[in-house]
Amino acid sequence: MAALDGSLTASTPGVCWSCGGPVDAASTFCATCRAVQPPRVLDHFARLGLPVDFSVDPVELDRRYFALQRQLHPDRFATRTSRERAISQSQAVALNEAYETLKDPLERATYLLKLKGIDANPDGCHTVKDPTLLMEQMERREALVAASTAAAVDTLAREAASHVTESEAAIAAAFAAGQLEKAGAETTRLKYLVKLVEEARARKARLAAGTSSAA
Amino acid sequence: MQLLQIHEPGETPLPHEQERGLAVGIDLGTTNSVVAIARQGKAEVLRDAAGNALVPSIVAYGEDGVVRVGDAALRELEYQPETVVSSIKRLMGRGTGDVKTLGGTLPYELGPPAEGGMVRLKIGKRLLSPVEISADVLRTLKDRAEIALGQSVDRAVITVPAYFDDAARTATRDAARIAGLETLRLVNEPTAAALAYGLDSGSEGLYAIYDLGGGTFDFSLLRLEKGVFQVLATGGDTALGGDDFDHAIAEMFLRERGGRVSADEVKQMLLVARGAKEALTEETDWKAAVAIGEVRSSHALDRATLETIIAPWLERTLGICRQVLEDAGVEPTGLQGVVLVGGSTRTPLVRRKVAALFGREPLSDINPDEVVAVGAALQAEALTAGSDTLLLDVTPLSLGLETMGGLVEKIVERNTPIPVAKAQEFTTYQDGQTAMAIHVVQGEREMVDQNRSLARFELRGIPPMVAGAARIRVSFAVDADGLLTVSAQEKTTGIEARVETKPSYGLSEDEMAGMLRASIENAQEDMTRRLLTEARVEARRAVNAVTSALAVDGDLLDAAERVAIDTAVEGVERAISGSDRDAISAAVEGLEQGTRSFAEKRMDRGIRAALAGRHVDQLR
Repeated sequence: MAALDGSLTASTPGVCWSCGGPVDAASTFCATCRAVQPPRVLDHFARLGLPVDFSVDPVELDRRYFALQRQLHPDRFATRTSRERAISQSQAVALNEAYETLKDPLERATYLLKLKGIDANPDGCHTVKDPTLLMEQMERREALVAASTAAAVDTLAREAASHVTESEAAIAAAFAAGQLEKAGAETTRLKYLVKLVEEARARKARLAAGTSSAA
Repeated sequence: MQLLQIHEPGETPLPHEQERGLAVGIDLGTTNSVVAIARQGKAEVLRDAAGNALVPSIVAYGEDGVVRVGDAALRELEYQPETVVSSIKRLMGRGTGDVKTLGGTLPYELGPPAEGGMVRLKIGKRLLSPVEISADVLRTLKDRAEIALGQSVDRAVITVPAYFDDAARTATRDAARIAGLETLRLVNEPTAAALAYGLDSGSEGLYAIYDLGGGTFDFSLLRLEKGVFQVLATGGDTALGGDDFDHAIAEMFLRERGGRVSADEVKQMLLVARGAKEALTEETDWKAAVAIGEVRSSHALDRATLETIIAPWLERTLGICRQVLEDAGVEPTGLQGVVLVGGSTRTPLVRRKVAALFGREPLSDINPDEVVAVGAALQAEALTAGSDTLLLDVTPLSLGLETMGGLVEKIVERNTPIPVAKAQEFTTYQDGQTAMAIHVVQGEREMVDQNRSLARFELRGIPPMVAGAARIRVSFAVDADGLLTVSAQEKTTGIEARVETKPSYGLSEDEMAGMLRASIENAQEDMTRRLLTEARVEARRAVNAVTSALAVDGDLLDAAERVAIDTAVEGVERAISGSDRDAISAAVEGLEQGTRSFAEKRMDRGIRAALAGRHVDQLR
């Protein structure tokens, strides 16, 4: 496992670690000796061979991810040298990170904004600048706390889920129109909406657990 | 001048595959263990001479120094119950503290813990860790495979409950090492079961695996697509299984008997309880007279009462199912199928409850006791011979660090695809702070003490700075076996510390080395056993060779010659099933003598065939 920090996987870019032959920057395998190459520094879109765009077709994303894992997953290298195993592991780690980021719309939007130089994650000491968003979210949160039946929570959860869908569409439209500021503001909103959906789900689970144990 | 070539470390060329032993799949279960092998995509469960696939995961450490495993150990339960250990899997990777919280359900006396904090049991005069006891079970499975296959076996895919934590996974790998097996991969039991089902049916879509074994419960949700098995979410409980049912029934019977209860009585009553439970799978009523020691008692149980007793545990499993489905955002009725795995799913109430939750009849076409080993064997073949299938698994539990106030900061969330590497930066709390304690925990709760402690280490030599100025980057890496490595680095100075999370309750390197030595030296007994196994392997090979030759060239023999060879083969078979190494060698010798003229005839025929139709000048 020492491999994941690069101690075993370091190599000179452009040169195959195994045969010393030339390797194309985008290749995961050496054209001469077929040895697996350490992951290159690539953005998540490029790693999965997708255009840098918020609109990602989930079927295509899965197809590319599975195809690459088929070649690079450590299970394909179980009987190979420890160095090849280590390299395949770091390749699989890079693929998983790219896949996890691009699969989730909120993560994808945040990542894409970061690629374009915008921090859409006002965590910690940062404050939400948009008072409308703040009011909207506080009201929803209060409604959720007040909901005492599974059905009431369910209604709120469905509402929040439909807002999530709308927000995702708004982000896609903003990116498509090149309005990064707007995409950033909407991504912050999506973050709160997603959190609300999660809380509604947790609350529903607690209510369901309460009723089933009483029954 | 001739320069010597030196390989880069870790790059030594591997020996040829042919020189390696076979790779098998092993289901190391709480109650029973199974070994299987796959060849050309076909898995075969390896059985003993009587046709039994299951090796009870029970070990007896006799006063005579002999270690008995499986049915042989089960028989000892009646005569020397104090020497017998069962359900050891529940203690894998656990510390003394954990075991105490398991309550008075363990019929063992605990000895002083090992150096690394791992539990040790007092069995007769011996002090044994769960790792050593599991190694004895694994060694028996390895022997069984070698005898059945007639070749040495040195690598295995071993299954573990998906919900096994890092400590328990490491303990399992250590046990394999002591038993002389290289672990090709630890595969989660439900994933292995899915593999066994998926290949048979070529299914696509969302499937759930409900795995209720003797000691553990796992529930996994998978997506199957064109040979890819993608685990979406998993959940479970490593201390919930059929054993709990047995304990509850046994407690009821022991109350009925009254009086003081010894640990040995508990062990025997547990067997009675299990018998009752199993009988009630088919029957609606059970009764029996029980004689343990001097005291006789009679007990009865009907299916309705059994179902009342076990219902609370089943409710817990269903709660876990709902939670996992929630995590994945899937409705219970939105699945293509639900697969039942584990002996405890034979209980009719389990089927009814599962069917009710998912709104469909669960699948159980593959023997629930064998399905996990079959999947493991298929994966062992995939890893060594290549395959089109791909398993993409996830971390079962979140991994994090202790921060101020005993809170947990999660670094790797549960259900993250593995392998994974994640890092997060932390800073100092006080001015001039030069060291930082790093405490790695596993679990979903917010407070450290509600989660499982995996490892502690310190990053020292941080240059004195004002609070909050240092940048300490902590990296977590989980490999494809689900094992964690943590490292920490101060960014402004580059000072680094690293732990291969040797779990808090694991074995120290010294202890591991000691056990490996013991397993090699531990004497005569091991050596004799080794030689016996080798003799059996050699004998099996000889029989296979003669059988194959007979199939091809049997027509070269007259009736009398054929009978003589068949008798010699039977002689070897008989010797193999015995345990006298000299007798095996003599029988093989006899077979070789008896087949010498057959071998010569075959050689003649072979030369004639090779020469047939060839021109003289081609023969130079």
